[in-house]
Amino acid sequence: MMGQLILQLVRIATPYLLAAAGGVVAERAGIVSLSLEGYMLSGACAAAFGAYAGDNAWLGVLTGALGGMAAAAIHAIATVRYRADQVVTGIAINLLAVGATRFALRVAFGSSSNSPRVAGFAFGNPLVVLGLLAIPAVALLIDRTRFGLRVRAVGENPAAATSLGIDVARTQVAAVLLSGALAGLAGAYLALDQHQFTDEMTAGRGFIAVAAVIFGRWSPHRVGVACLLFAAAETLQIHLQTSSGIPSQFVAMIPYALTIIALAGVVGRSVPPAGLGKGVG
Amino acid sequence: MRRIIDAVLPVAIAVAIALVVGDALIIAVGQSPGVVYRLLLDGTWANAYGTAQVIYKATTLTFTGLAVAVALEGGLFNIGAESQLAAGGFAAGVVGMLLPAAVPGAVAVVMLVIAAALGGAMVGAVPGALMARYGANEVITTIMLNFIVLALLNWAVAAHLHVPETLHTRALVTGTVPRFYPGAAANATAFLALGVAIVTGWAIYWTRPGMALRAVGFAPEAAECAGISTARVRLAAFTLSGAIAGVGGTNFVLGYKHYYEDSFAGGAGFIGIAVALAGRGHPVGIVLAALAFATLSQGGLAIHAVVPKQMVEVMQAVVIIAVAAATPEVRRILRQARR
Repeated sequence: MMGQLILQLVRIATPYLLAAAGGVVAERAGIVSLSLEGYMLSGACAAAFGAYAGDNAWLGVLTGALGGMAAAAIHAIATVRYRADQVVTGIAINLLAVGATRFALRVAFGSSSNSPRVAGFAFGNPLVVLGLLAIPAVALLIDRTRFGLRVRAVGENPAAATSLGIDVARTQVAAVLLSGALAGLAGAYLALDQHQFTDEMTAGRGFIAVAAVIFGRWSPHRVGVACLLFAAAETLQIHLQTSSGIPSQFVAMIPYALTIIALAGVVGRSVPPAGLGKGVG
Repeated sequence: MRRIIDAVLPVAIAVAIALVVGDALIIAVGQSPGVVYRLLLDGTWANAYGTAQVIYKATTLTFTGLAVAVALEGGLFNIGAESQLAAGGFAAGVVGMLLPAAVPGAVAVVMLVIAAALGGAMVGAVPGALMARYGANEVITTIMLNFIVLALLNWAVAAHLHVPETLHTRALVTGTVPRFYPGAAANATAFLALGVAIVTGWAIYWTRPGMALRAVGFAPEAAECAGISTARVRLAAFTLSGAIAGVGGTNFVLGYKHYYEDSFAGGAGFIGIAVALAGRGHPVGIVLAALAFATLSQGGLAIHAVVPKQMVEVMQAVVIIAVAAATPEVRRILRQARR
């Protein structure tokens, strides 16, 4: 019973862990990640299309990551090359993903609400393992590699990074693309787990992942713990949904309400990377 | 003149980019852009019904666009206009349903507009307070509140207030406003939208609280040094923003259906973000942008038989990104050119 519960928690945590790991990388490079939701949704749609076209879940994993990266590329070009407002662009990327995935569904399958059933994994879902590895991997990347050092330098002080010969724009684009790939995998997990893509299936999970990044104070392991916390809330929600007399609408609010409480709770202790949202100097 | 060029040029570029993207999508599904855009115009401005439908949609978008713009003047992103609009419509619908027929129409209209404003303001005040008190990121709190508030309203209607077999409340018996054209949804709340646009523009640019709002948006630390309480201004701005979005609910409840219906907002809160940005925060710009996005939205229905109407959702998002990207670029290029 307990083991099953933990397994369920880990499975629910998978998309949060993957997306939040991506969010940490982009935000540590100074790019606000409010577009994780859009990357995730694009990834989920691309994964369903890939798995459908090749009748193979692994192909779906690949196309899912690429779908997230495609959305991230638009964000990177707009914010890094053209210095567009990061928050505005991030919000628009999410709207774009909603519209574009509906458009794609309509054109490909004649329905704007869901795809046909696609291939999944016969036994378990290997993306769960990837989810568990994502946070430690990102921690290593940021703390122990040359690229991670550049990411931190660019995120804390882009002007100083430039003077040290670091290509700020390139580092930021790479970080955003990586976050897109990770969030795309989060979306691929959702689509392959449910064997189909449904309209707006991410249901705010990308934003909850952003909240986990803030709540975890931009430090990978704390962010991972925050993801598990939000996943626990969702697990509780699922159990209450089936076993209690509480109206379903109230139960459905639990993860969203917890997110707000978590955000309000970290005031003053949550210090973002100094260059976050400032753009290239 | 310079200021007008600075404001309009990025929007013109963004529209051009959005049209190119639209063309690409049309061609991708094997249709001809000329034919599709003709269909779009035929379904909107070509006849009285289409025009009235555009005006109806533009009315709601003017409210949500103004709501987003007011918050933006204070440096705040209100992504919650969707649920604020719904809460305003809900408040107007529930109060309206309880008003007896004996209440004179004019009195009822005023009461319902106030109810809608209060409904939206209540929802808007929450992220304002969370930000003022705890510094919670308003983008995320407003989005989470969208989920929470829409679920609450769904529960209230589905479990308690609905007419059997529907997801809407009982119809108003007083306090409705006339439509412009029989069969089309446009109604007298369009004038209310214009009035709110004018008053909001005046308040932001010509009054002391408006100046405080812009100061907080432009340089919060400097505003704080000048004795302005940024926390109070942000709370007030969010409350006002919510109230304006909430009044948008009267368009549906007082003017169109005469009852509150679950999920009537239908994304107008999110398109309000595009309206505010394309309208450059200026009331005239916002009304024009609302008309443009309403045309796209209504036109989407007209083209749906040949190109999926989701094409316009994509174009709306492209406009936001392109405006955001073109604004600093145009400013930079113009600055160089003028030197």
